[in-house]
Order: sequence, then structure tokens, then C-alpha cells
Amino acid sequence: SNPFEVKVNRQKFDILGRKTKNDVGLPGVSRSKAIKKRNQTLLKEYKEREKTNVFKDKRFGEYNTKITPEEKMIRRFTLERQQNYGKKNIYNLNEDEELTHYGQSLAEIEKLNDIVDSDSDTEERGTLSAELTAAHFGGGGGLLRKKVSSEQQDEEEEKPKSRKELIEEMIAKSKQEKQERQTRRESALELTEKLDKDWKEIQTLIARKTPKSERKDKEVEKPKPDEYDMIVRELGFEMKAKPSERLKTEEELAKEEQARLQKLEADRLRRMRGIDEVANKKRPSHMSADDLADGFILDKDDRRLLSYKDGKINIENEEEVEEEGEEEEEGEEEDNENEEESQEESASEDEEDDAADNHSDLESDLESEGEAAENKEEKKHKANENESQNVEKLDPGREAAKSELPYTFAAPESYETFKSLLAGRTIEQQLIILERIQKCNHPSLAVGNKAKLEKLFGFLLEYIGELATLDLPELRTIDKLVLPLYNLCQMFPEAASDSIKFILGDAAHDLEEVIEVKGRATFPALDTLIYLKIVSLLFPTSDFWHPVVTPAFMYMSQLLTKCRITTLQDVIKGLFICCLFLEYVSLSRRFVPELINFLLGVLHISLPKNQAQGYTVVHPFTPVGKNLELLLVCDKEDLQSWEKQNVPLSIVTRLKETSRTEMNHTRLSCLALCFDLLKKCAALYESLPSFHEIMHPVKILLTQHMPVNEYPEKMQEWYHSALKELENKVKHYTPLICEKKKPVPLKQYTPKIVKVLEFGRKQAGSKKEQERKQLIQRHKRELKGAIREIRKDNQYLARMQLSEIMERDAARKRKVKELLGSLATQEGEWKAMKRKKWKN
Amino acid sequence: QLPPGLYKKVLVILHDSVLPYMNEPTLMMDFLTVAYGIGGAISLLALNGLFILIHQHNLEYPDFYKKLYSLLDPSIYHVKYRARFFHLTDLFLSSSHLPAYLVAAFIKRLARLALTAPPEALLMIIPFICNLFRRHPACRVLVHRPGGPAEMSEDPYVMEEQEPSESRALQSSLWEIQSLQNHYHPDVAKAAAVLNQSLSEMEDDISGLLELSAYELFDKEIKKKAVDVPLEFEQVRGLFGKKNDIFAEHFSLE
Repeated sequence: SNPFEVKVNRQKFDILGRKTKNDVGLPGVSRSKAIKKRNQTLLKEYKEREKTNVFKDKRFGEYNTKITPEEKMIRRFTLERQQNYGKKNIYNLNEDEELTHYGQSLAEIEKLNDIVDSDSDTEERGTLSAELTAAHFGGGGGLLRKKVSSEQQDEEEEKPKSRKELIEEMIAKSKQEKQERQTRRESALELTEKLDKDWKEIQTLIARKTPKSERKDKEVEKPKPDEYDMIVRELGFEMKAKPSERLKTEEELAKEEQARLQKLEADRLRRMRGIDEVANKKRPSHMSADDLADGFILDKDDRRLLSYKDGKINIENEEEVEEEGEEEEEGEEEDNENEEESQEESASEDEEDDAADNHSDLESDLESEGEAAENKEEKKHKANENESQNVEKLDPGREAAKSELPYTFAAPESYETFKSLLAGRTIEQQLIILERIQKCNHPSLAVGNKAKLEKLFGFLLEYIGELATLDLPELRTIDKLVLPLYNLCQMFPEAASDSIKFILGDAAHDLEEVIEVKGRATFPALDTLIYLKIVSLLFPTSDFWHPVVTPAFMYMSQLLTKCRITTLQDVIKGLFICCLFLEYVSLSRRFVPELINFLLGVLHISLPKNQAQGYTVVHPFTPVGKNLELLLVCDKEDLQSWEKQNVPLSIVTRLKETSRTEMNHTRLSCLALCFDLLKKCAALYESLPSFHEIMHPVKILLTQHMPVNEYPEKMQEWYHSALKELENKVKHYTPLICEKKKPVPLKQYTPKIVKVLEFGRKQAGSKKEQERKQLIQRHKRELKGAIREIRKDNQYLARMQLSEIMERDAARKRKVKELLGSLATQEGEWKAMKRKKWKN
Repeated sequence: QLPPGLYKKVLVILHDSVLPYMNEPTLMMDFLTVAYGIGGAISLLALNGLFILIHQHNLEYPDFYKKLYSLLDPSIYHVKYRARFFHLTDLFLSSSHLPAYLVAAFIKRLARLALTAPPEALLMIIPFICNLFRRHPACRVLVHRPGGPAEMSEDPYVMEEQEPSESRALQSSLWEIQSLQNHYHPDVAKAAAVLNQSLSEMEDDISGLLELSAYELFDKEIKKKAVDVPLEFEQVRGLFGKKNDIFAEHFSLE
């Protein structure tokens, strides 16, 4: 282009690798382009600014530059024809034209297709038959004659016929021939049609039943129309024939179940340790400066941590798992046993069933026959499935009960309706009702069912509470109702935990209020104790932190430290809570100071007054004052007649009716219970480093103050077993040493290597940050551009307005000038006339 | 001279509504000393008035720390005036001129008593002990004794000894806190685990923990939102149906 139009943006420095975009510009060209564009758009709008009518050009493709004029014409023509097609004038005969070929409508010919002239007409097309030529063109000499068939020759030789006769004969012959051909053709057509019809009839049957080879034959016969259908059907057929998954054998099911249990147990252990996991999670992945970056990562530190237990090396689980893999079935059964036993012996054993433990199990397994073990496993497996139904099977009268109950139940909306549903029913019926409610309102059946069943859990809990607060608590019923409670809890853990938390919160709140008002608290009713027990059934109590269990712990701790002990019932309730504590921590072996304090206090109140020396009892118990000697039994007869028996829970609501002897017996039972709990505590806490300090006061009390000789023999047994457990623990103290702090690594100046994507751009920040920056920049650029465009538009418009005004002014000036001119000439003429007159 | 109830009432208000308005507060000296000698809750309360006299009026109190030491018994974690007492104890033990054996004896005794304390008190006393370690680095042998004997058959500390200097606390270690690392309350266990590592330089602020009540702790726990609720996987067989259920041994459902 014109070199004068080019503007070069000169660069001061050349920078290697940088691409410059705008080093050359064509200002004139771009400006004229912009003006032209504005003429087409802005100016048009400006001119039409006060007009409401719009002219629309609907001619086909008028502004479409892509279509060539010829094509445009063709398309328009077709459009026109299409438009006319529908509203054809019926009186316009001329328009109704039909294309023909040989007098036949083309449309009809198309319909008949090629089938008609398939076989017969092909030879004759184009060439005429010999007879015809002979007849029409007079035989054409001897050459033609010779080709005529011998028969005809004979006939002609026998009786020569007149020419007319001959011609007639030939015509008749050809006609006949033609007719025959037609009939043949028709019959063939008929036959094919019939075949078609038959085929269609049996087609569906064949498609499913004929094996492939047969089908192929048919396909060969009529390949065209059926191939697609065949494939479609075949595909459909294959879908139907898909085999279902094989049913699992008993063994496999048992294996799966066992694997599941193992996984759950591992999960539990992980949660119990709590902190380790958090620490693991938060540790950032560290890359050393010496990392070769070759992708080789030691994915696990395979050095095993050494741990000691009872002076022996504790080998970790992993090895065991490998062993078991080799031992196959036997190993697995054994492991199953292991699990059971480890839970049974949890009081005395470590969780991680160590190698030694494993062996002991092995021996016990060997003793019992292999079959027995198998049976056990089967039973266990079955038990899992039939758990809920077991109860039903036991009861012979169940069938009758079943027939009375309706089969569907709507989920109750309020507690009252729920209660009325269960009122007056036996335990079994109640269970059935609950089961049916659950089944009828399974969450997969309808949308609102989940909420309904979640409510049901709350109702059930409330119902259990109510049963427990009755004068004669229906504990047997509660015992059974725990099963549906457990099932519901498994279905809706969140809702269940919320409702239990609500109950706990309420109970704790009540306790706090009582303390504030009266300054002391009393033990809650039986229902709260039952709730606490249910918590341990529904949730894993060994977790480091658990949304339900931890508050329950806190609540129980408050009960043991804040509640006054004034009656025997209080003692029983307190001991119940002690049992709960022990059960809660039986797996995790966590330390509960309140438990030891309380047991010490209970022992203290079983002593005669004024003996407290060498130990101190803490809060709810006092060394001096009233409410002492609650558990003291002086009656010799009662002491002698005592038998250890389980304390009935209902005693906490109706103690007053019992006789003095019974009271004394209960007291002694409580004392025995206390001894047993102490024994269990000792077993549980022996691993604590300050075990002896914790148990010191208890030991002093047991050895120095207990009137052992006065107790009956059974009681002495309890006493001695507890004392033995306390005393035969070795004392060993290892001085504490802090964990070494990891040295803070020195800052190293290894270069930070970053992938450079584009020069001249800031690389800092993550990908997201970069994207954000880019977006911001783009937005800024666009905004600037838009502002510039608007400014230019305004300038352009102003220019246009100015030019318009100028034009108008000029026109007006011109007109004025014209007028003035005409006036002047008029005046001039008039003056000239006047002058003339004057002259004249 | 006075009945215990009245004693307590007087002592509770003495330090802020009586002593500041007296021309000669030292007149109260004898009263407070006697009260301090009575023991129990009255001693705890008398401490506050005594502190003001010592601090502002140059009272010389012989064997003050020994008395304070003997005040520590299992009930201090359970009494009502716990917050007040520990606030003052914190003040008394904040002096950096105290001998290491004394502070060590206090630490050891507090820790020993903590074995019977409820969680709300434990949450307060563990940071308290940590602070003592920070102020008196010489006591850190209690948690870190690298060159000591491999194993001991007894805890060298003598709990019954009235004299702090004779209690041999510096030869002992804080096994009590190590035991508390197994406490059932997760926060207590975490707080106790702090002593496993070497301590940070900054002191913990325990003023907020002094007044902590059990109900507050409970409330805090129950308001925590859990992401998911782990469930017991062992199928329930009844109320006392667990394997080896303690309840089944001792209670019956009647």
C-alpha cells in the first residue's frame, strides 16, 4: 500500500523472544474503515431515530452474498412453486398437468417399479421379433425366410396360405403370446406377494427360534429388507438372554462378612487412637532437596516400630495378616474366633491380638474339632441374618398373633398415635408392629419415609424412657425393643445421634438447674440410666471423640461427682454408672478418675464410722458427717444367710417395701459388686504408669480398714480376688524423656524451578490466581476499548449533526439569496419600467 | 471464735470490701493467720486476705509456702473456691526466685492430686503445670530426664511429707500426667500429651479455664457438629446382651 499511510511504532530496544503486535499501523485505512462501518450502522440508526415503521426486505437471499445469482434464482423458483402447491385452484385445468411417457403416467410407472418388466421385456426391448418383421416388412427375402422355424416352413410348404391369412394368423399368435406372458407375469406377482405375506407371518417366529445358520439361508433369499430388522432383533434378544450373577455360596458369604467385620474393627481402632490420624492428615508432603524426582517413592516405611508388652516384643498385626493369608480357611476361622475371644477377654488383653494370643487360640481350636468350628461359623453367619426373626421363631403363639395384626401400618406422626399403636400388645406383637412399620415405610418406597422413620426412632426412645419410669419398670420389653432401635439407628445415624444428644442435653440441663437451685443434685431416674446403657449399645464407645459418647461420658462424670449419696438406691445407681463407665472404656482402656473415687467412697460407707485414716475420699462422699455406714451390715444372721445374687434394677424404684434382711442382702451384693468392679479396674489400668498411686487409697482401705473376718466366705472370696488383682502388679517407673523435637531444617537456597509458560507475564500464583488475573486484565482492556468506541461514536454523530446543520443553513442561505435576487430583479425591472415611463 | 459458716462469709468479702478501707489493715493479721491455720475451705479463703497483707503491707509470714503446700489435698479440685485458690496459687508461684525443689514439689503434688480430679479441673491444672515448667526451667527434669536410671521400683516422691524440701520431688518424674494422657475426655488427653513435646516459650492463659464448669464442658461437646456418626457394628442382642457384659453379671432385668 501507500508507504505514506503506514505508521511504524519504533521500538527503543529489541528484546529477544518477545513478539510485538502493533509495530506497524495503517491509521488512514483503519479510520476510513471505521467511518464506513458507522455509515452503515450508526448513521442509519440516527436517520431512523424517530421513525417507528420499518421496511423489511423479505426477498429470499437478497443480502446473502454466499449464494450465486443462478442458484438464488433456482431457490426462489422452488420457493414459489412450493407456495403455490398447497392452494391450487381446482378450476384451473391447465395447471393440472401430468407428465407421461408412452401415454402412461410417470407416477404410475414409478409405482410399478422395475418388477413388471423384469424378465419378459428385456430381450424384446429395442429389437422386434422375427415374425413381426416378417409380417410387417414382407419377409425381406430368402435370408429372413431361412431363419423361420422348421415347423412353419413345413406348414408353408404343405398349404400355401394367402397373405391376408398369414397376417391374421400372426396377429392372433402374437396376441396370444402376449396374453400368456401377461398371465404368467400376474401369477408370478401373486406368488411373490403371497410369499411375502407368509414370510412376514413366520418372520417373528423365526427370528427368535431359528439358529443362525438357518437364518442365514433366509437372508440370502431376501437380504434387502430384513437385514436391519434382524440385527435389531438380535440385539434385543441378546439383552434378554443376559445371565444373572451367580449366587454366592455360604462360604463366600461368610468370608465377605468376616472381611467386613475385620474392616470395621480396624476402623474402630483407628478412631480410638484419634490423634495419630489427625496428625497424619495434617502433615504436608515433604520433598527433600535430595529428591531425585525420578518418581521413586518409598510408599511405606517398612521398618516396624518396636513395642513392648509385659517385657515381650509386640509384633504388629501386619505380619499376622500375611500368615493368615497363607493358612487360608483355617486361619480365617481362627481369626474369627480370635475376634470373639479378644472381645471376651478384652478386660485383660491388648486390642491388637498379638502373636502369642494367636497361638493360644490355635491350640484351643485344635482341641475343639474342626467341624465344630465350622458349625460355629455357620451359626454366626446365620445369626446375623435371622437375628430379628429368632425371637419370632421361639414363640409358638406367634402365628396366631400374626393373623390378628394388620399387615401395613402408617408411620405414626405423633407420640400419642405411636403409643396407641403399641398399647395393649405383647412384646412380640410390638416387635412385629415395629418391623412392619419399618418395612411399609422403607425410605426407598416414598419420599417422606425417611423423616417418618427418623421420627419413629425418637418415639421409640421416648417410649422406652416411659417404660423405664413406670413403678414396675418393664425392662424385659425394653430389652427386646433395643433391637428395632438398633436397626433404625443403623439406617439413620445422624437423626439417631441427634435425638439421643437431645435427651442427654435435657438431662444434663436438669441436673445443672437442680444444682443451681438446691446446691446439690440427686441421681436421675432409671430411664436416664437406661438411655446411657443404650448409647453404649448403639455407638462405639472406644472412639477418641464421638458426637454422642463423649457428652455421655461428661454427663456420667457429673453424676458421679455431683450427686449426693443418701440412700441405698443412690448407691445402686452410682454403681450402675460405674459399670457403664467400665463398659465404655473396656476396649479403649481410658482412665476415669471418677470411677475410682466413687468405688473408694462406696467402700468407705461400708465401714463403721471414724476410721478414715491414710486415705481421703472426695466429693460426693465425706469423711465425716451423716449418710455414712449406708452399706454397713452388722446383723450376723443376715451376714451368714447372704448369697450373691444379681441386683434387680427395679429395686431403684421400690426399695422401701423390702424387709430389713433383704436390704442387708442387697447391701452385701453391692459390696461384692464393688469388689468385682475394683478388680476389673485394676486389670484395666495396670498399664498406666501411675497405677499404684491411683490405687493407693483403695489398697490402704482394703488392707487396713476392712473387717474381712466378719464377712461371709463368699464375700471374702470377692475381697481376696480384688486385693490380689491390686497387689500383684509390678512396680516399675521409667523416667520420662521428652520426644525429641525435630530440628527445624535450615533454609536451603536450591533454585526454585518454575515452568515458564509465556515471557513477560507474571508467573506467580496458582493456576486459578493466574486465570483470575487474566480475566481482570481482559475486562480492563475491553472496558477501555468500549469507552473509546463510544467516544468515537459520539464524535461521529456530532460531526454528522454539524454537517446536517451546515447543509440546512446553506440551503436556507441559498434560498434567501434566491429570494433576494428575485426581489432585486423584480425591483430592478420595476424601476426600469418606471424609468421608461419617465422617459416616455 | 466464730462458727464456720460466718467465718467463710467474712473471709469471702474481706479482701475487697474490708481491707481496703481499714486504716491499719495489719490489725487483721492475727485474725487471718488463725483462719489460715484452721485448714480446709477456711484456709483457702484466708489466703486472699493474707496475700494482700503480704503484698502491700510487708507482712512477713514464716513458712508460708509450706502451709500452702499442706493445703493441697484431694478436695481442692472439688471445692467451690477452686478458681479463687488457683488464681492465688498462680500468683504465689509466679516468682522466679522460688527454689526449684519447692516448685517441683508443688508440681508433683498437684499432679498427684489430679489423679482424682474431674475433667473440668484437669483442663485447668494441666496448663497450670505447663506454665510452672515454663517459669522454672530447672523443674523440667520432671518431664525430661535423659541421663537418669533406666528403671525405678518406686516413685521417689514422698506424698506424705509435709516439708516440700524433703519430698524428693526433683528426683521423680511426672508419671501422673502420662497416665492422664489416657484420660477418657479427649481434650484432657490432648492437653496432657503436650508435655510429651518440649514446651513452647509462650505461657498459656489459664484465666479463662479457672471458672470452667462441668456443664460448660458438656455443653461445648454436645453443640459440636459431627460430620458423620460412627456406629456400633456389633449386632445388639438385648439390653445386657453384649459379650461379657458387666451388667449381666451383677444386675437383673426385674
